[in-house]
Amino acid sequence: MTTDESDAGWFASVPPDDPGAARDAIDGGSVESPADWPRLAVESGFADDADDYYDRLREATLHATREAVAERERADDRQLIHAVRAMDDCERVANELAERAVEWAGSRFDGVDAGIAGARAIADRKPDDGIDRRVISLASRAAALADERDELAATIDRVAPAVAPNLADMAGPELAARLIALAGGLESLARKPSGTVQVLGAEDALFAHLSGRAPSPKHGIIYTHEFVRGTRPEDRGSAARALAGKLALAARADHYSGEYREVLHEDLRERMATIRARADADGGAEVDDE
Amino acid sequence: MSDSLPAGVERREIDGETRLATRGPPVYGEPTDGEWRAWDPERSKLGGMFELGFDTGLSGGETVLYLGAASGTTASHVADFAGPTYAVEFAPRPTRDLLEVAEARDRLFPLLKDARKPETYAHVVESGVDAIVQDVATRGQAAVATRNARFLADDGRLLLAVKARSEDVTAEPADVFAEVLAELEGTYEVIETQRLDRFHEDHLGVVATPR
Repeated sequence: MTTDESDAGWFASVPPDDPGAARDAIDGGSVESPADWPRLAVESGFADDADDYYDRLREATLHATREAVAERERADDRQLIHAVRAMDDCERVANELAERAVEWAGSRFDGVDAGIAGARAIADRKPDDGIDRRVISLASRAAALADERDELAATIDRVAPAVAPNLADMAGPELAARLIALAGGLESLARKPSGTVQVLGAEDALFAHLSGRAPSPKHGIIYTHEFVRGTRPEDRGSAARALAGKLALAARADHYSGEYREVLHEDLRERMATIRARADADGGAEVDDE
Repeated sequence: MSDSLPAGVERREIDGETRLATRGPPVYGEPTDGEWRAWDPERSKLGGMFELGFDTGLSGGETVLYLGAASGTTASHVADFAGPTYAVEFAPRPTRDLLEVAEARDRLFPLLKDARKPETYAHVVESGVDAIVQDVATRGQAAVATRNARFLADDGRLLLAVKARSEDVTAEPADVFAEVLAELEGTYEVIETQRLDRFHEDHLGVVATPR
């Protein structure tokens, strides 16, 4: 993915009959726009003709995809737990450092914005003296940590569906990873009753509350799910209970079989539609039969 | 309803029923008749679209980009009648099955990629493909179609199955379809739409061509 090859096909720097290089190129490559790759491959001498190109492409994609699948399936819940904790650490430290850098920079430069965005702006400045250099360096470290946080989030997006396909689909990759981390692993999550799943994560909020940093907790981490947060307050208990029940089943399906179970997701959608229909019924306005 | 099946897709008598069929190695235990194997419209959105008489503009032998190939059930039939077929799937588990399907075929190229990020496979998938077949069960199905328009030839076809429940489980499917079509209009001219409910509940079949 070097810049001078930013518009080149996967075969550009792959020696013929080098499956490893082909795999790296297919896996890691990236270009904005496609091109007539078969023609370009023939012109560049990579393939003799279009048929030969497609034969090589077949070998390369089969190999690259087989390896990528194996790698993703090797990913386990421990890796996911490390990734989500590292992501949270990066976010927290990035914010703290950005705050410090912004506060310091405010005493030296004009027009300094708050937060990570402010730190990024400071990081782009030219230093006038030794102290400037320290302020700018600090800000660029905060920005780099924020970037690392985003990379970790992208990794979780990729790994979670491999580790727990049902849970990741139902909860979204990040919440799935958080639930697994809070329970201490996919197996222990699969063993928990749904009432425990419903309040997982409320422990942290409780300690935050006791140390004066947050209001008292009313829900666990599943509160971040659209099904709970997007439901009107009087129905949130029902929504949280229904969601937790299905999440517990999803975790069990993922741990004990690993197969995607469409019926679980259908059941939850129907249950949520019923709960949300209450609001419509009370509103009285838009109640009509399907 | 015109019967405009591509070459390589036929209605044949298999197990006492007239069914869609293509020629290729069996994939999922489907009934076969010699080298022909039945294409079950209940297991395949594109199969459903052919069964319902959509004018897909396909005549056989096309270069195809298939988004959301899953285990390769439909992609296998596409590869049977089309030319080079690029099959994109994001989840590792179904891709393992897709690999088996691809091993048994000469021109089916499996890619473990996210259809929402075409730049991660634009160095592999060629430009000017004749058709994009899209069956992805994520939110933002219109955005996926729009972003992947870069691969499609000017006179190419988008064959899209929209799953209402992937966009918003609580909304009326008809409202979801209207929104998806409105978003598509920015990039595509929609030629034909029809509900696939006979085979797939709360799905809309769409045929479109780039503007």
